[in-house]
Amino acid sequence: MARGVHIKDHWSEQRLFDQRAIVAGAIIILFTLGLLGRLFLLQVIRHDYYADLSQGNRVRTEPIPAARGLILDRQGEVVAGNQPAYQLELVPEEVPNLKAALDGLVQLDLIRAEDVDELKKTIRSRRAFDSVPVRLRMSDEDVGKFAVRRFEFQGVDIRTRQTRSYPNGDMGVHALGYVGAISEADLSHIDRAAYSGTFLIGKQGVESAYETKLHGVNGSRELLVNAQGRSVDKQGAFIPTLNTHAPTAGDDIVLAMDLKVQRAAEDALAGRRGAVVAIDPNNGDVIAMTSRPGFDPNMFGRGITRAEYGALKDSIDTPLLDRAMRGVYPPGSTVKPVIALAGLAYHLVDPDQTRFCAGQFHLPGSAHLYREGKGGHHGWMNLVEAIAKSCDVYFYSLADTIGVDRIAAFMSPFGFGRTTGLDISGELKGLLPTREWKASYFKRPADKMWFPGETVNFGIGQGYLNVTPLQMAHYVSVLASRGKVWKPRLVTGFRDALSGRLEPLAPVREPDVTLATPEEWSRIYAGMVGAVTHGTAAGAVGKNAAYPIAGKTGTAQVFSVGQNEKYNEKTVSERLRDHSWFIAFAPADQPRIALAVIVENGGWGASAAAPIARKVLDAYLLGDDGKLKPSGAIGRSILPTTKPVEPPQAPVPGQKRADTGPIDSAGGVKSPP
Amino acid sequence: MIYEEVTTGSRTRRTLTGAARVLFALKLDGPLIIGLALVAVYGLIILYSASGQSAPTIYRTLGRLALGTIAMLVLAQVNPNFLRRTSPWLYAIGVFLLFIVYGMGHIGKGAQRWLDLGIIRFQPSELMKLAVPMTVAWFLHDRALPPRWPTLLLLTAMILLPVGLVAIQPDLGTAALIAIAGALVIVMAGLSVRIMGGLMAVGVAGAWFGWNFMHDYQRKRVLTFLDPQTDPLGAGYHIIQSQIAIGSGGVFGKGWMNGSQAQLELLPERSTDFIFAVVGEEFGLLGQGLLLLLYLFVVSRALYLSTQTQDTFARLVAGSLALTFFVYVFINAGMVSGLLPVVGVPLPLVSYGGTSVVTLLAGFGILMALYSHRKLVSS
Repeated sequence: MARGVHIKDHWSEQRLFDQRAIVAGAIIILFTLGLLGRLFLLQVIRHDYYADLSQGNRVRTEPIPAARGLILDRQGEVVAGNQPAYQLELVPEEVPNLKAALDGLVQLDLIRAEDVDELKKTIRSRRAFDSVPVRLRMSDEDVGKFAVRRFEFQGVDIRTRQTRSYPNGDMGVHALGYVGAISEADLSHIDRAAYSGTFLIGKQGVESAYETKLHGVNGSRELLVNAQGRSVDKQGAFIPTLNTHAPTAGDDIVLAMDLKVQRAAEDALAGRRGAVVAIDPNNGDVIAMTSRPGFDPNMFGRGITRAEYGALKDSIDTPLLDRAMRGVYPPGSTVKPVIALAGLAYHLVDPDQTRFCAGQFHLPGSAHLYREGKGGHHGWMNLVEAIAKSCDVYFYSLADTIGVDRIAAFMSPFGFGRTTGLDISGELKGLLPTREWKASYFKRPADKMWFPGETVNFGIGQGYLNVTPLQMAHYVSVLASRGKVWKPRLVTGFRDALSGRLEPLAPVREPDVTLATPEEWSRIYAGMVGAVTHGTAAGAVGKNAAYPIAGKTGTAQVFSVGQNEKYNEKTVSERLRDHSWFIAFAPADQPRIALAVIVENGGWGASAAAPIARKVLDAYLLGDDGKLKPSGAIGRSILPTTKPVEPPQAPVPGQKRADTGPIDSAGGVKSPP
Repeated sequence: MIYEEVTTGSRTRRTLTGAARVLFALKLDGPLIIGLALVAVYGLIILYSASGQSAPTIYRTLGRLALGTIAMLVLAQVNPNFLRRTSPWLYAIGVFLLFIVYGMGHIGKGAQRWLDLGIIRFQPSELMKLAVPMTVAWFLHDRALPPRWPTLLLLTAMILLPVGLVAIQPDLGTAALIAIAGALVIVMAGLSVRIMGGLMAVGVAGAWFGWNFMHDYQRKRVLTFLDPQTDPLGAGYHIIQSQIAIGSGGVFGKGWMNGSQAQLELLPERSTDFIFAVVGEEFGLLGQGLLLLLYLFVVSRALYLSTQTQDTFARLVAGSLALTFFVYVFINAGMVSGLLPVVGVPLPLVSYGGTSVVTLLAGFGILMALYSHRKLVSS
């Protein structure tokens, strides 16, 4: 360059270059040391941390679902079991395009187009590496259909899984409940980790209430996987120890239910709408509990279709409704025994004194007539006969004498107006009306007043009083055991699936209902036995019974009859007919079973419900020879008996509260006109 | 028979002397050749494991090594003066080809980098890795050193033109390497420390400015480098998995072909950009240390040779090639071990694929030519 001061000096340039080369060499060594330092940090200082991560990277834990516990009846017969089935499962993180995969399955007719949205929701709510079932219980044809197209569906595969099977179909379905695919709602109240690998969950009844017992503990197995999550056999000489934790099968559940009795109840109810609940008054065991019509729980296990579910849901016969504990009806005349007991307890009635039944009753100062339900008149009646013949007029006047609040206070310990404490959820309370209830329930001031006429109706189980069949059976059970209150229960114990060891649950006793003298109970029994031998139910129940039965008919109005009309069963359309009730316990002298039967729109109590009750009683009490079984053979269970859990002693209603309750009208027993 | 041992001993000496003579005749440097060969053999061993025991991969790599060796042998014979004179032409052709790639480049891997010549696909950016430092050295050869401002500005433009063309392909890694190769020539030519400091300050400002012009995936790489855990299954996956591979290897490694990260394909790009992690997983700290020492040996030998050359062009080109080689190693090892952001720079002579092996060996061929064609009298 032509720049005077700046000429090329080869020696100094060489020296400059050599200096820079030395500096560069030094920097290179420094940088290499830096790299080695970094590697030292990773490989020596943090080695354990990364070794753990690497182990987690290549070992995947796969859940082994535990076998769900069986459900057995009291004799050990299987009511709900397990059975292997093919199902289609999808692992979200392995599916490249979820929408395309689901659409493809719809095209193969393996899932329904209308279910896709719901499925997507479920899939999104599960963890990405969890297998989600998209189609349960595939037929052989479906399996074949999918198998040939399998390569198109990455992340979707057929698996063999245990599914739930109910060999008796719809028998006892409401009490048993059913299992179905785990929904988004279920996920909110279960431990997801514990349910990893589980596909079905109890949805109702025993299946749901005892879910934790039935579910068991899932096991796990460690697998060597590659980056795609595919299982590989081995890689190189480094085989990590792969742990396997065996699952613990869920406990089997032993029901109080006696399948023979249950079957008898359902056969007797076949084709009708209604419910039967039978309880052992000595421990609260629910011998039979049915609501008809029912539905097949197997449908839910295999994945119910929208159409099927819609048909069940919208059916006019409401098969999904558990009438036994969620159906509420006025009890009708079945309430009379407890009203009579209240009269005795409050000393407001002399059982031997007779009253005259002229077929109608009116309150003083009122023109309103309260008629005898079946028409006609009974003439002179004492307490026992009034129960046996179900004399409405007698109870109109008795109820009016006792007063609503005292009746309610007396009835409450029998389980009216509150849940009985059955060991599955969903029970309704019904309604036990009081003045206070009416004042708070109604909005209009005019409606808040309790009218004396409402008390009169209360006496024959009409009006606001509402009960469930379960409550009625419970009430009969308390009646039959002379005041012992047992919590009704479907489940009486568990069986360890591995060892077969039985673990009975102690029955739970609640505070007794006590009366002044045992005599008072006997009066009521006499009335109820009378109803069966020569009273309202004589023809329908009492004929040729091998054991004494105490019973009471009831008729719950659906359709109110005008003042001067007469209810005529034939002219009223089927759905508007009265509900038919029957309650009973037997043998009357040493009760072993207490039951309540309701037949919706069955008409008069004795005609529809009473024969059903007899069949149920026979099924439980009679041997194959048609004779009453010896005491020890009735209701035998595979479980050993246990000492009951005694109740905390609580104040006893009846005597103590006799003076405190308000009185509707002038006390004392009305003298016959 | 009695003289056998003596004869053998002298034969050994004769053989060594003979080898030296052959190398001298071929214009090659013995230590450098041995260093490169050791790295290549080490590379083949680890590649066999990293590729999942794929023989075709090894054959293709051997083919490329052979091609590179031929390029090295041929270039070593070329007279440095001829190299110097052709440098600007190489540069011109390279820039022209980059323009063509920019205009109608073949689409490969979502980026336009290739030029399809029918028989082979050619990356003009590879050519620029050699052409840029050579041209800068050519420009400085006749000028007094250290370079002055006008020269510096001109050289900056000369470097940035191809760098820009490569960067918009977009191939940020290669662009950076070309820029570094060119810049190293200027640094070795005696760029004042003050200017270097100033440039560093400008660089920081430029980084901020460049951030705004980066593609999303490039930004993501930078962000992921700063905190890999932010995107463990996306861009951060590479870094996390490679650190797990290296860290779990420990001091002695899991053994050849026993690296679970590599063998179970948990480590992405295991035989290409992230092969250094496989070295770490299977051969541990010792294996990686050994490889780094081999590289250090090659670089320092190359740097030593550059000081032994006899003119400015030779010194600058040789120095730049030696240092660029180290930059490759440092960027790749730094990236794989989580010191530097993820940029697509292969581990020289070890990573599988691409034409970089050929370019690298060609570079060493040039370096040896510059060293071994000695003038009788120093200029």
